[in-house]
Amino acid sequence: MSTSSETETETENEAETEAGNGNEADTEAGAGTSGRGSRLTLRDAALGRPDAAAVSGVDVDVSPGEILTVVGPSGCGKSTLLRTLAGLLPPLAGTAEQDGRPIDGPGADRALVFQEDALLPWRSLRANVELPLAVQGVPRAERRNQATAWLERVGLAAQAGQLPHRVSGGQRQRAQLARALAGRPRAVLMDEPFGALDAQTRAGMQDLLVEVLHGTGATVVFVTHDVDEALFLGDRVALLGAGRLAAVRAVPRPRDRTAHDDPARTALRRDVLTSLGT
Amino acid sequence: MNRPVRYALRVASLTVALGLWQLLTSQDIDLWLRFSQFPTVTDVAHTFTDRLTGPDYWTDLTDSLTRILAGFLLAAVLGVATGVLVARSRLAEDLLGPVLEVVRPIPAIALVPVAILLFPSNEQGIVFITCTAAFFPVLVSTRHAVRALSPVWEEAVRTMGGGRWRVLGSVVLPGALPGVFGGLSVGIGVSWICVISAEMISGQYGVGYRTWQDYTVVDYPGVFVGMVTIGVLGWLTSTAVELLGRRLTRWLPRTAQGPTARPKPARSGAAHPHPAAAVRKDIIRTRPEEARDEHLVRD
Repeated sequence: MSTSSETETETENEAETEAGNGNEADTEAGAGTSGRGSRLTLRDAALGRPDAAAVSGVDVDVSPGEILTVVGPSGCGKSTLLRTLAGLLPPLAGTAEQDGRPIDGPGADRALVFQEDALLPWRSLRANVELPLAVQGVPRAERRNQATAWLERVGLAAQAGQLPHRVSGGQRQRAQLARALAGRPRAVLMDEPFGALDAQTRAGMQDLLVEVLHGTGATVVFVTHDVDEALFLGDRVALLGAGRLAAVRAVPRPRDRTAHDDPARTALRRDVLTSLGT
Repeated sequence: MNRPVRYALRVASLTVALGLWQLLTSQDIDLWLRFSQFPTVTDVAHTFTDRLTGPDYWTDLTDSLTRILAGFLLAAVLGVATGVLVARSRLAEDLLGPVLEVVRPIPAIALVPVAILLFPSNEQGIVFITCTAAFFPVLVSTRHAVRALSPVWEEAVRTMGGGRWRVLGSVVLPGALPGVFGGLSVGIGVSWICVISAEMISGQYGVGYRTWQDYTVVDYPGVFVGMVTIGVLGWLTSTAVELLGRRLTRWLPRTAQGPTARPKPARSGAAHPHPAAAVRKDIIRTRPEEARDEHLVRD
């Protein structure tokens, strides 16, 4: 994995990433089957709005097909990081790259999933899912088929014709997930997508996310303020706080519910909580 | 309240107003306000039926309607286009903003001299005045509605690879529609005021022209026929705008009385075994209109 050599700002974290290599190989192999994921790289980047940098000196390299979770207190620049990767905000310094090419604007191969209320309220769930396909110029009948298939995959076949405000928050987020994936993006950037959901729904959504991502090969950057969610979903977890990227740690046995009591996982969880607490 | 009762009340309101008018005028009541010169309801009704079968009434009507529709539709297109442009582009805001803000306070009817100087025919002048009158309410409410759009929607479409036109067509226009219809509702009302006034000043044919003609030849029942015609036409056209608006913005959560509707405290049906069921009907009837009016009147 090339990441360890590039994440040089944090010396303490080198060993950890090295240790996580075995794990990383698994994911790489899984993603390799479809090989559609993008490599996303930030080099010594300062991120934020022109008048106020939220984070600076960010060096991170997300491998194709990897799931990187980003945790940090609110206001630490997590959303800014995602918007930079999406191409909605240019980096203030340094570079943001996709597969080695600078990101110079938003594009269909990097989909963004928002916390809530990002579905267009005047479009039915199906019409929302059809939208990225329409943007790509997919013919109407084909659009409809694909959207229906995606809604079935996320368990919304019965609600396809409903307007977003007529379904529950969890259903809206499932529709958003379907909409993001329908455009066949090579990277999915998720901004606290389950943040507004109750714990029960949230766990279900995490499982659903793992399930629908399987086989797409898409690279995922997943922002959350929930440490357990970050440790469950991420191949690696990035800690953001105090205006900088504090550490990037590999997660032992990601996406394995039974790994919750794994001593390595428990130790990492304690470390993460400690570093966020300071 | 159920529907027949509400209709009965509305009819009663009109009947009482007409009855009072008839009473005051037929008795020639002169108490400070003088009703002795006023035509009675029956006088007006007779003149009205005469006019309906006469040659000029329908010409006047179609002339006025053509003028207002032309002016109003032009205003709708120009107002929405300018509103979106000013709200979305800083350059357009800086270039157009000052001119629009200076012209806006001028009452459209004060533009009659300008219209006479500018346009070769009276007809075009009247359409111009009507258009100017409706333009500003549409412009202002479009501008506000576009600025109030959630940036998340635009970001979502842009990260799907959508460009400027896709954002305009899929986010800005549909999202601003409720606000735009607020402006259109105000605009159609102002348009009537201005088309009638303009006809009175410079028109040939048209309801306003006829009303003024009747006044100059001291045909008071004729004046009232004109007023009633204006009232009915205004009511019909604004209802049409309102209905179209409701149809196009059905997706608004406020109008869909589903599970998201806020339950109202029961006012009358407290003793009812199922107050929720009793009140729900009431909500379905009254809520949409209240909510709608609120946002339509917004400038």
